[in-house]
Amino acid sequence: MSAPDTLQVPDILEVEDLAVDHGVGRKRKRAVNGVSFSIPTGSTLGLVGESGSGKTTTGMAILGMLPIASGRVLFEGRDITAIPRGEQRALGARRQVIFQDPYSSLDPTKTIGYTLAEPCRIAARADRMSAAQIAERQAMLLQRVGLSPDAARRYPAQFSGGQRQRIAIARALMLSPRLIVCDEPVSALDLSVQAEVLNLLVELQRDLGLSLLFISHDLSVVRHISHSIVVLRNGAVVEQGPAGRVYDEPADQYTRSLLAAAPVPDPAEQQARRDERHRRRMEDDSR
Amino acid sequence: MSAKSPRAMSTGLFRRVLRKPLGVVSGVVLILIVGGSLAARWIAPYDPLAQDFSIVKQGPSAAHLLGTDSLGRDILSRLLFGGQESLGGVLVAVVTMLIIAIPLGILAGYVGGLADRIILRVVDVLLSIPGTIITLAVLAIFNNSMFVAMVSVGVLASGAFIRVFRSAALSVRQELYIGAARVAGLGRLRIMAAHVLPQIRGVLLVQVTLFSAATLGIQTGLAFLAFGPPPPAPTWGGMVAEAASLIQSSPWLLVPSGGIIAVTTLALCLLGDALRDANQERFTLAGLERGARPVRAGAGAVLVPDAATVPDADREEALAPNPDALLSVRGLTVGFGAPGRETTAIQRVDFDIRPGEVVGLVGESGSGKTVTALALLGLLAGNGRITGGSIRLAGEELVGMSNAELRTVRGARIAMISQEPMVSLDPSFRVGYQIGEAIRAHERVGRAETQRRTRELLASVRLDPAVADRYPHEISGGMAQRIAIAMALAGRPELLIADEPTTALDVTVQADILDLLRTLQEETGMAIILVSHDWGVVADLCSRAIVMYAGEVVERAAVSEIFAAPRHPYTAALLRSNPHGARPGEPLPTIGGAVPPPHEWPVGCHFAARCPLATEACRQAPIDMAHLPGHRSSRCIRIDALAAELSEVAS
Amino acid sequence: MVRLIVNRLLLSIVLVVISSIAIFFLMSLVPGDPARSILGAAATPDSIERLRQQLGLDQPLLAQYGSWLLGALRGDLGESVFTGDQVVTLILARVPVTASLILLSTLVIAALGTALGLLSAVRGGVLGKVLDVVSLVGLALPSYWVAILLVALVAVALRIFPATGYFAFADDPGRWLLGLILPVAALSLGGVTIVAKQMRDSAMDVLARDYIRVLRATGVRESSIVLKHVLRNSALPSLTVVGLTVVGSLTGAVFVENVFVLPGLGTLVTQATTSHDLPVVLGVGVFFTLFVIVVNLAIDLLYGVLNPKVRVS
Repeated sequence: MSAPDTLQVPDILEVEDLAVDHGVGRKRKRAVNGVSFSIPTGSTLGLVGESGSGKTTTGMAILGMLPIASGRVLFEGRDITAIPRGEQRALGARRQVIFQDPYSSLDPTKTIGYTLAEPCRIAARADRMSAAQIAERQAMLLQRVGLSPDAARRYPAQFSGGQRQRIAIARALMLSPRLIVCDEPVSALDLSVQAEVLNLLVELQRDLGLSLLFISHDLSVVRHISHSIVVLRNGAVVEQGPAGRVYDEPADQYTRSLLAAAPVPDPAEQQARRDERHRRRMEDDSR
Repeated sequence: MSAKSPRAMSTGLFRRVLRKPLGVVSGVVLILIVGGSLAARWIAPYDPLAQDFSIVKQGPSAAHLLGTDSLGRDILSRLLFGGQESLGGVLVAVVTMLIIAIPLGILAGYVGGLADRIILRVVDVLLSIPGTIITLAVLAIFNNSMFVAMVSVGVLASGAFIRVFRSAALSVRQELYIGAARVAGLGRLRIMAAHVLPQIRGVLLVQVTLFSAATLGIQTGLAFLAFGPPPPAPTWGGMVAEAASLIQSSPWLLVPSGGIIAVTTLALCLLGDALRDANQERFTLAGLERGARPVRAGAGAVLVPDAATVPDADREEALAPNPDALLSVRGLTVGFGAPGRETTAIQRVDFDIRPGEVVGLVGESGSGKTVTALALLGLLAGNGRITGGSIRLAGEELVGMSNAELRTVRGARIAMISQEPMVSLDPSFRVGYQIGEAIRAHERVGRAETQRRTRELLASVRLDPAVADRYPHEISGGMAQRIAIAMALAGRPELLIADEPTTALDVTVQADILDLLRTLQEETGMAIILVSHDWGVVADLCSRAIVMYAGEVVERAAVSEIFAAPRHPYTAALLRSNPHGARPGEPLPTIGGAVPPPHEWPVGCHFAARCPLATEACRQAPIDMAHLPGHRSSRCIRIDALAAELSEVAS
Repeated sequence: MVRLIVNRLLLSIVLVVISSIAIFFLMSLVPGDPARSILGAAATPDSIERLRQQLGLDQPLLAQYGSWLLGALRGDLGESVFTGDQVVTLILARVPVTASLILLSTLVIAALGTALGLLSAVRGGVLGKVLDVVSLVGLALPSYWVAILLVALVAVALRIFPATGYFAFADDPGRWLLGLILPVAALSLGGVTIVAKQMRDSAMDVLARDYIRVLRATGVRESSIVLKHVLRNSALPSLTVVGLTVVGSLTGAVFVENVFVLPGLGTLVTQATTSHDLPVVLGVGVFFTLFVIVVNLAIDLLYGVLNPKVRVS
């Protein structure tokens, strides 16, 4: 997206020929195979696919939560598998995650304050924040995501799904990360709340220069928030490119069928899409 | 759920136990028994060994509160001293069990892998060893040492508890916050200490109380069989044995000796129950609101109209059911909770469904759309019930019908499919059997006929007849939803209620199911109520839409009109916040604020607090439905202002 | 399914070996000398030495275990230290008593527990409360105490049933059953309440499931929903609990047999323990282990029949 800068600022994340397996021993199955893409610093890449496409698996592998079978994942130019154990923690600070389920992603036994402070505890002793600094940052971030600073003293059960997702975003921001993997962050939310969380993510990206890997099954959401889109099917990339191009002029057959299947809130357009889908199916059948 | 909960949330497990009468009573009883045993030396009225042959086998008296035994010894004093031995034995077993079970359980559950497999094998072995025999063998070998026996009881019991702690740790491991902590770079030990242990604490306390109760039975049982300290030392079990030998001459002796064991065990069990309840409540808002009760069979099925909500004269005309409609709902109000104190979930819901019509019931969470759908079939969960209004199906009133009468409606005239196809089929029966059951619910048909109709129904939902032989776990989500549709069609209903039928499915599968519903509607001519939060799905299938917000219907209109020109500010705002059609790079229009929970519903318009067009008049009194040209209506008094604003944006 | 049985049988051999090793290991921990403790303080060094040789205690532990295991494989569990009888003979003579007791109480526990639990889940209200109270009392009262109470009330005071003693089934089935009524009642009280409670909890859980709502919405009869779907699905967790109570009733049997003076394995092992007759204790241990294995295997098989997910895979 920022062509003149590419020489100065390297891509924050490069995924090369990534393969990830599920299961062990005889049950081992390749879940992701030969996936390559890169995220330019400060941009959003949308990873789209249906269940079983390997989109979440790819995200987890990038976060180091699943072992990589082959291929490379370069984070800020360094291969994450080659980084020594000691430095892995520092990596955690620069690479964060927001999950889909806002109910399971916060420990119900801990106050919001504890949850936010937790990532700070792993920093190397030298640059560990003091308690006062942590409290200050907590208050600042809670306000930044649209909550009152006294939320820190409360427990997750006292918040709605949308508010929890804001808390999860604040937790991800505590250590000033460079990349945030968002795994279906708005799928469990109502439409009006979804809009608020999407706006918040876009604002934060603009203000903090964040890079986002946005995993979702919802093409219209991905289209709205992403600069580029990667479409996955059965663990492999079927199409990738700038968001507008992929969404408006999909080149791949599967992307087209995915787009045609997603219903749109416009009866006339939806009718047209349905007819198009049926026409294509008939063509397929007659072939 | 609101962050502005009036009461501060307390998560103290013990404070919650203290709120339960049984928890308090059993706690106090245990403290008295344990304290009494510990302080026996100072508080016991007599020497437990002092014999007095002038007062043998006496009943309770002022001098001897619990009487005396066959050697004239004071029973109360013997019980107090005997408690030291019995309770001490229990403590030994509990500590031994915990030392083994906690680390191994958490290790197996949280770390998993090879450690898990090895530990589970060991547990299998431990569970298959007959504990009594080992304990007896230990007693034989160690010369009746109760200490060693109780250690072995602890070791042998640890197998079962390793399993308990393992599954507790396992369930915590799958929580996403563990994932977040791992991404943050936290080490395993730290995660176990910070997130896994506290979650297990509740389970642990419950298990400790229950295990103590069981161990007390074993400890006193062994003493009863004379494997404890030899007489004349007082032990609870030994006193039962003494009483048993004198059962004919002085049956009273059985009461204090067995009583103390029973009371202690009872107190431990009750404390365990209270702890378990308190632990479950701890981190849920439900715990703050009392009276949440589990679902019972048939509860809420009987629809009771409430005489108190008789409509006033103004609304009478609007309340007259539409004679042409298949389904005519008027003033439907549903409450949850104890009669007289119920929380209203939906109120004054009016709408009509004409024969063969497909209508979308749209709203966000908390709007009451699912409650409305369930109320139509008299299937409200738990303590929900219809407190007012009427539901007429082809002129016949459903409100007030008995369960047996409703059964002739359910499936046969109104059928339902629900959101999660995989959990809406019984996992223990083949899907063909379940379809057959739906057929036989309405007609007396033979086996061959049932099979023929099952095949027919499977064909109508475009499934291979061979699918009938599969179990629910062997089919995909899309197939499961087709089976659910087949079951719904079995009774040839006039109306199908589809509650979010595609929400849990992938988009391509969703498109197929929507196509199927459309085709089936055309083939059978049944009407469909599609409950959904997804405007796209509504645009695809429905001809009309009913929009709900905070328990009320706010707008009714043809689908073609509602998208083009919404006539309620909420509908308009909701449609705008959809990312489809929004300009990338620009912020999405949002509504701000949150849906108010039932107890915070205002007197006036429920949407007023979030509405940019709201005026003082909106807040003062309940807003009635305004009827607009073209069979549409809106619960708004600012329709003109909204229309003006929309046409301005358009131009 | 066949693989499951084979696996279980292989595991059972391992288990018998392990539990016998466990007992042998414990024997090696004995402070002092078993021979001395058997013969008591009055023993002469000479007589102790003779007994040691007789018991094989002069051999290394491993050799002792090896010879015992070899014997066990041939069906020879050694001889009682005191009576000199074959352990196998002693045990076989007493198996019918304990087997009758446990078999009957298992039937009572499974049938009564399931019925009560299901009834209270469906009817709720008063019955649920009553069941709560009864189950607590049932749990709280030790089985031997209940047994004594039953003897006192029914047999001694009312003289309805024979208080104690045992009649072989083959001799007189009527008296066999009559004599077992009280012991079985004492033994199954706790189990019935545990199973009823579990059954109620899981039935309540099943009743709240989506598929029950779907069945209701389809117009299926409530009786059919409860007897087919609720019963079948809540039977699975209850089955596990029935298995555990059956295994637990071994412990109860030891106490109950003592109270009712039944000549079963429980009284045998109690006497053997009192007299430090280790070969007998060990022999009964092996028998009980085999019993637990058989029960677990039966539960696994039943689980497979009830749960299609296990059956197919």
